[in-house]
Amino acid sequence: MRRIVSIEVEKRLAPPRWLQILAPVLSLLLALSAIGIIFLLVGVDPFFAYSEIFQGAFGSVYGLSETVVKSIPLMLCGVGLTLAFRARFWNIGAEGQLLIGATCATALALAYPEWPKAVLLSAMFLVGFVGGALWGLIPAILKARWRVDETITSLMMVYIASNLVKYLVYGPWKGPEERGFPYTSKFSPSAQLPRLAWTRIHYPTLLLALALAVVVYVLIRYTKWGYQIRVTGENPAAARYAGMSYLKTVILVMILSGGLAGVAGVGEVAGIHYRLRYPEGISPGYGFTAIIVAWLARLNPLGAVVTSLLLGGLLVGGDAIQVSLGLPSATVYVFNGAILLFVLAGDLIARYRIRLKSMELKEVS
Amino acid sequence: MADNVVTMRSIVKRFPGVLANDHVDFEARAGEIHALLGENGAGKTTLMNILYGIYQPDEGEIIIRGSPVTIPSPREAIKLGIGMVHQHFRLVETHTVAENIVLGLPGNFFNPARAARSKIREFSERYNLTVDPDARIWQLSAGEQQRVEVIKALYRGADILILDEPTSMLTPGEAEELFAVLRRMASEGKTIIFITHKLDEVMSISDRVTVLRQGRVEATLETAHTSKRELARLMVGREVLFRVERKDMPPGEEVLRIEDLHVLNDKGLPAVKGVSLSVARGEIVGIAGVAGNGQRELVEALVGLRRAEGGRVSVNGREITNQPPKVVIEHGVCYVPGERLTGLVPEMSVAENLILKGYRHQRFCRGPFLDARAIYEHADALIEQYCIMTPSRDTPLKLLSGGNIQRVVLARETCESPDVLIAAHPTSGLDVGAIEYIWQLLLAERERGMAILLVSEDLEEVLALSDRIAVMFEGEFMGVVPAHEVDLEEIGLMMAGAHRRPLDSSSPERGTPPVREVSA
Repeated sequence: MRRIVSIEVEKRLAPPRWLQILAPVLSLLLALSAIGIIFLLVGVDPFFAYSEIFQGAFGSVYGLSETVVKSIPLMLCGVGLTLAFRARFWNIGAEGQLLIGATCATALALAYPEWPKAVLLSAMFLVGFVGGALWGLIPAILKARWRVDETITSLMMVYIASNLVKYLVYGPWKGPEERGFPYTSKFSPSAQLPRLAWTRIHYPTLLLALALAVVVYVLIRYTKWGYQIRVTGENPAAARYAGMSYLKTVILVMILSGGLAGVAGVGEVAGIHYRLRYPEGISPGYGFTAIIVAWLARLNPLGAVVTSLLLGGLLVGGDAIQVSLGLPSATVYVFNGAILLFVLAGDLIARYRIRLKSMELKEVS
Repeated sequence: MADNVVTMRSIVKRFPGVLANDHVDFEARAGEIHALLGENGAGKTTLMNILYGIYQPDEGEIIIRGSPVTIPSPREAIKLGIGMVHQHFRLVETHTVAENIVLGLPGNFFNPARAARSKIREFSERYNLTVDPDARIWQLSAGEQQRVEVIKALYRGADILILDEPTSMLTPGEAEELFAVLRRMASEGKTIIFITHKLDEVMSISDRVTVLRQGRVEATLETAHTSKRELARLMVGREVLFRVERKDMPPGEEVLRIEDLHVLNDKGLPAVKGVSLSVARGEIVGIAGVAGNGQRELVEALVGLRRAEGGRVSVNGREITNQPPKVVIEHGVCYVPGERLTGLVPEMSVAENLILKGYRHQRFCRGPFLDARAIYEHADALIEQYCIMTPSRDTPLKLLSGGNIQRVVLARETCESPDVLIAAHPTSGLDVGAIEYIWQLLLAERERGMAILLVSEDLEEVLALSDRIAVMFEGEFMGVVPAHEVDLEEIGLMMAGAHRRPLDSSSPERGTPPVREVSA
């Protein structure tokens, strides 16, 4: 007679509430542990590295202000993505929508530098929103009309946007006084967003982002459009059966998702750079990092406000350890990838329960 | 008395919040077909999953051929000669039959299926399980796939074969073929355990039957010494009426009119070939036929989910041909889909599912916002009116039982008193108690003046409820006949495409007896 221990895996009908909150936190901790092992492998004390990251991001007023600066585009893109992902529309192209928003705002800023500040900035946000929305609509319509996979098209649209920006800043829009750098001319003061005291926090964009997070939250939760979006995401067949138009739902979702990313782009050119630059200068992949922001927030727009601060902090802290520990800049991407992987896996695992059981195994004659 | 091959004693299995098996005793002999009967959720599948090593019992013991055993995994079960054919087949669609059969077995690394072919042919011939070893699974019908599963179990040396609701995916003809195979196996001394909730199957195939109710054994009986009525009472726990009161009613005016409708299936081939039909107020028209003869395409074309290539559909004289679902709904056409999942959002709450179609109406909205109070009041009212058993209106729908989920669908579809109700397989997969409730509900709606188009594979259902019956075969109606003028045999012939009556005149005859005895 042998004793054996078996592991039973059972599907949960519904994960309990505490687990829904605990799962992403635990996933995050596990991701950090896994990255800790990588730190060890390259000969860096992980505890030192993490304390450096934390110090860099949250340990000083300057670090904190930079964390907020980076969280603004992450928040805008992330909030928009919660909406798209709720409808199970895999918008991977927030990065491109951001760049197009920045481009549209720049066009306006360069064309009408003499407009009054309030008018010009409002108009820039508006065209940025419209630009991002139109860029997002292309994959939406391709999907709704011809069932073209949106993951591919929205991603491809990023490269088109990126090359368009490159063409503009190296070509027709290159500023004459920029001594050959791939920049446009600096915006007139009318096109520059005000900043908070000595920081780089362009607070109008931040306030806009916070307000839009609330708007999107209310939209998803309390309106009939939100209901439509949730039904479409959970069961497209049921949505069709109930007479909901997939095309209309996806168009609504992508106008908002793309538009919010476009607004993020406006914030970057009007609040940080005061000009359009080559794409990597405008955004170090905010649109991609925002995917993690949205998932880590469990697709809750208000949660995305918190998680965007967290990932903004990671970007700042990542810069800090590049300098202090001499780690490559790709370190931050390792972080992002590991976190997304662990969060998605955690989501899946939370749906199961694991039990250890010991029992006696009798020999079969 | 023959020796027991399988003995399960005092088996207890708990799941979070449920006692799935409560001290269950079960035994099966060599050479018998033993039916395991019970409603959905009675614990039949759990018990057999324990025997097959998928679950471990919390208490109790299992004795196979006289020796006590522990079965920690299906692999161990197979070693003991136990095979199981699950309700949903576990086959690799893109692989061949032979490859599926040897999957997971030791053998030739490069061409594992080669050696298996002759043995597969041998089983095929011996039990009349005709299937081509080189066909790919996706090319096979549900019945053929099931044969592959049976051969898979035999190939592994099973002489105790468990089948979980094996007829749920089969046409009546295929089911008969399966029964013949099972009888042949039993006659060779194999033990067949047959899970079902259908009383007719128990009566026609089993030697003995064990009835489970709410995780407990109600009785184990010799099939020859029992009756459908007794089994139903044991299974449901109360007397079940196998007849429904159907009032004799004069015909109302025509509501739904279908003229020469042509529809294609998913492969782009004609599935509905020039079908005409009318349904009047206070009338149930049943569409009988083996699944796959165009019923699904017909219904989907009526509700706007599929394009009609030709013909006309009108409701109350207004044409709705090829209108989107939203317009069809606005014309008072409600639809209980045959594929249950089509009409539901399992992750969302009962209350949210109850407004799936009504959410855009004034009564649930204040401007762009949903009116939570109105939605809750609506949900509470329907939960009470339709006796939906749910812990609360906020419970995710997927946590409800099949019968209650179907009540949610019916409540939503009928609460607005639509003019037309199209119900496809409204009781498929449900247990006797739930079926009885749904039949009564449909008849009550008929009396209230609804025009009901009922599509069902269950002939008893069609005969019990319908005023007129249309039999569909290969996309055409073999005839539309008043229900009281036909019997099972005649409809059976029409389902096989052998017999056609002249299409009925526009004024349907009435005069069906008010009470129809359905049980055999």
